[in-house]
Amino acid sequence: MVDLQVLEGSEAVAFAVKACRPHVISAYPISPQTHIVERLAKMVADGELDSQYVRVESEFSAASVISGASAAGSRAYTASSSQGLLLMTEVLYASAGMRLPFVMTGVNRAISVPISIQVDHQDTISLRDSGVIQFYVESSQEAYDTHVAAFKIAEDPGILLPVMVCMDGWILTHSYEPVSVMEQVEADRFLPPFRPINFLDVDDPKSWGSYAEENVLMEFKYAIHAAMNYGKKRIKEIFSELAELTGRNHGGLIEAYRTEGAEVILMAMGSVVGTVKEAVDALRSEGKKIGLVKIRCYRPFPYEDIWNAIHGAKVVGVIEANFSMGSEGALGMDLKAKLCGRRNAPLVLDFIAGLGGREVNEGTIREIVQRGMEAHKRGIPLEEPYWAGLDPTMLTQGG
Amino acid sequence: MKITLGAVVKGGTSLEYKTGAWRDERPVIHMALCKACGQCIEVCPDSAVYVENEEYGIDYDYCKGCGLCAYECPTDAIEMVHEEK
Repeated sequence: MVDLQVLEGSEAVAFAVKACRPHVISAYPISPQTHIVERLAKMVADGELDSQYVRVESEFSAASVISGASAAGSRAYTASSSQGLLLMTEVLYASAGMRLPFVMTGVNRAISVPISIQVDHQDTISLRDSGVIQFYVESSQEAYDTHVAAFKIAEDPGILLPVMVCMDGWILTHSYEPVSVMEQVEADRFLPPFRPINFLDVDDPKSWGSYAEENVLMEFKYAIHAAMNYGKKRIKEIFSELAELTGRNHGGLIEAYRTEGAEVILMAMGSVVGTVKEAVDALRSEGKKIGLVKIRCYRPFPYEDIWNAIHGAKVVGVIEANFSMGSEGALGMDLKAKLCGRRNAPLVLDFIAGLGGREVNEGTIREIVQRGMEAHKRGIPLEEPYWAGLDPTMLTQGG
Repeated sequence: MKITLGAVVKGGTSLEYKTGAWRDERPVIHMALCKACGQCIEVCPDSAVYVENEEYGIDYDYCKGCGLCAYECPTDAIEMVHEEK
C-alpha cells in the first residue's frame, strides 16, 4: 500500500524518524534548526510517538545526550544545521570513536560570517573527517528513505558508526513534495529493534572511550576506517533491501545518470542534482555526450563506483557547494586524489557553485560543461577551481 | 593484544594506565626535612604520594611530574629532579 502525501521536507523526515521508533530524541530548538524536531516534539507530546524527547541548551548537549542514550543501548536521533553542527563537532568525533550508531540529519546551511540562512554544504563537509557516515539526498522522498536505511546501516554490527543524512536547507526542508510514507508494519519488518553489543549497565560497569597510549591509538582510528570500507558493501545491500520493499530505487553509493558514452560527466550531490539532471537531458537532446554522477554516500567515499561510472569520459566537472579556503572544494580534492596517476583518468575540474544559496540553474550547468569541453580541447585546465557565478567586480581591495 | 570496539573497557580499570611515562621531572622527597604535614598528599592530582611506615613516598607509575607537591611543600623537602631515561 502506497501512502502518498504532500509533505514539507522537514515533516517527511520527522515521519521517517517516527517510523524508526527512536527511544531518545534530543535537540536544541533555536536557530539554526528546522521543523524536523518541532514536528517530532509534537508527535511525542501528542502521544503519537513513544520516545523520550530531551530539549537541551545547546547542540553540543544535544549530541551528548544522544551519544549517552546510544551508549545506554537506545536508538537515538538528533538534527541540526550550520553553526549548530559545528558546535557538535567534538561530540561527533567522540561518538564515532565510541562506535555509537545514532542517526542525525545535517540540514545544510551556510556557515557564518556573513550570516545566512540559505543552503550550502560547508557545514556538513566540515565534519567529513569525523568518522560519521554521510549521505546526501536529492529529494524529500530520498531523504525519507535514506533516514530509514540510515538506522539499519548505523546499527549494522560490522559498521556501528553514527550516520548523518545531509539534506539541503530550504530547498528540501521547507518545500512541499509528494512523499510516500511507509506503513509502520513495513518499517518494523525492515528495521528490527536495536541490539547493542555494549551498553551501560550498573551490574556490569564499563567505561566508554577509554584512554589509549601511543602504541594503540592508530589501531582504533584504523578500525573506524575499516568499518567505513566494510560499510560500502553493506550500505549498497541495505539500500537494495529497502528499494525492494518500497519499490523506490535511488541507487547505491552513487547514481550514474546517462553516463554511457559520455565525454563530459558532471558530479554533484544534494538537491542541485535535480537541476543537473534537467540540464543533462537538455544537452543530450542536443546530441552532446553529457552524463552525471550523483554522490549519495560521501563518507565512505565510493571511488571504485565513481571510477566505474566515469571511466572513458574525457572530463569530469565537479559541482560543489563547499570550499576549503586556500585550496579547493572537498569533492574535487577527493576525486583528484584517487585519480592521480591512474591510467586514462579523465581531466577533473572543480566548480564551486551555490554557496550561500546562490542560484544554480541550467545556464550555470551549460557554462560548466562549456568550460569542461574547452579545457579538454586545450589540454589544460582554465582557471581552476572555478567559482561559477562569481562577480569579481564586487570584490574590494585585498579580496 | 586486541583493541576493543569503541575503546570500551571494564569499569575501575584506570590503574592499568601507567601515566608515569609522561613525566620529565621526578619529585624526590628528602625525609630529613619532611615534617609529615601531608600537604603533598592533598595536592597531588594523581594520588601518587603515599605514606608507608611513616615514610613518604611517590608512586612513579602514576606521578606525571607536575611538581605541585614540591611547590606546596612548606619545608622544601621535595626536590624536582630532571628525568633521564
